[in-house]
Amino acid sequence: MKHLKYLILGCFFGIVLTKGEAISWFRIQEMFRFQGFQMYGIFMTAIPVGILSVWIIRRFHIRTLRGEAIYIPSKRFHKGYVIGGFIFGLGWALTGACPGPLFAQIGAGFGVILVTLLSALAGTWVYALLRKKLPH
Amino acid sequence: MSVWTAFLYHPWPWYIAGPLIGLTVPALLVLGNKRLGVSSSLRDICAACVPARIPFLHYNWKRESWNLFFVAGILIGGFVAGYLFGNPMAVAISPATVQDLHNMGVDTTGGLLPAGLFNWHALLTIRGLLLTVVGGFLVGFGTRYAGGCTSGHGIMGLSTLQWPSLIAVICFFAGGIVCTYFILPYVLQL
Repeated sequence: MKHLKYLILGCFFGIVLTKGEAISWFRIQEMFRFQGFQMYGIFMTAIPVGILSVWIIRRFHIRTLRGEAIYIPSKRFHKGYVIGGFIFGLGWALTGACPGPLFAQIGAGFGVILVTLLSALAGTWVYALLRKKLPH
Repeated sequence: MSVWTAFLYHPWPWYIAGPLIGLTVPALLVLGNKRLGVSSSLRDICAACVPARIPFLHYNWKRESWNLFFVAGILIGGFVAGYLFGNPMAVAISPATVQDLHNMGVDTTGGLLPAGLFNWHALLTIRGLLLTVVGGFLVGFGTRYAGGCTSGHGIMGLSTLQWPSLIAVICFFAGGIVCTYFILPYVLQL
């Protein structure tokens, strides 16, 4: 089980998302209505911790456990970032979930979210099908 | 219930949850040069199960199979933190949000999701179909088109100071705000 470590880390990530209520439809509504700080507080602490960690990794040339150099590919902008991003935002407000929380919601006992997940898979598949015809 | 066991059921404040989420970024990099990004797992599942003849789904998804273990872990984490040790109280959203949601007929008591909107019976109503099936489709289509989601762009992309991710996140919010104010109120009336 060479991937067991990712299962454990995923478990940790799922617990934090759930306990932080980032998987709550109510919290997402509160966020999009700018009426509460919980979600903004999460982003405003997670991102600086991420920035600092990545800076430390680069500054001290920290390697992976297996000794490989750590590689972070740059993202190449295209129109999909805007159009697709907006479409995802519409779905985020409806479902109250981005992809990570979908899995956590199912685990938390909301079985019907399995349908949302299947539908998200269908959406991904349809994007793959239409990819050449969409502006990028 | 003792003070200590009661603690297990409490939700965590942002200043605990946020930094821990941020630490997932270096943890994945150090564990095996992996970049945080949950929506990629949806593509991997499509590639593994129904690649059809779509070039975008023909790649060595097995090389990315760590992501499937990661999302399986998220599901287990949700079970532990949301089911076994789930907070029995209503999510403590602001009174203004409670008021707005009540005005739209949403029950804000109990659970992480409004149970009246997200259940198997509600699924068969037009409102339920829009919230779960259509909403889910938009999440899957939009994240892949945008090349990432809240984790891949919002956490990973911004942590590595990539401006395309910042644009993506701004557009996520634009879509979310438009939906919240101009679409959701009508969906909830159905």
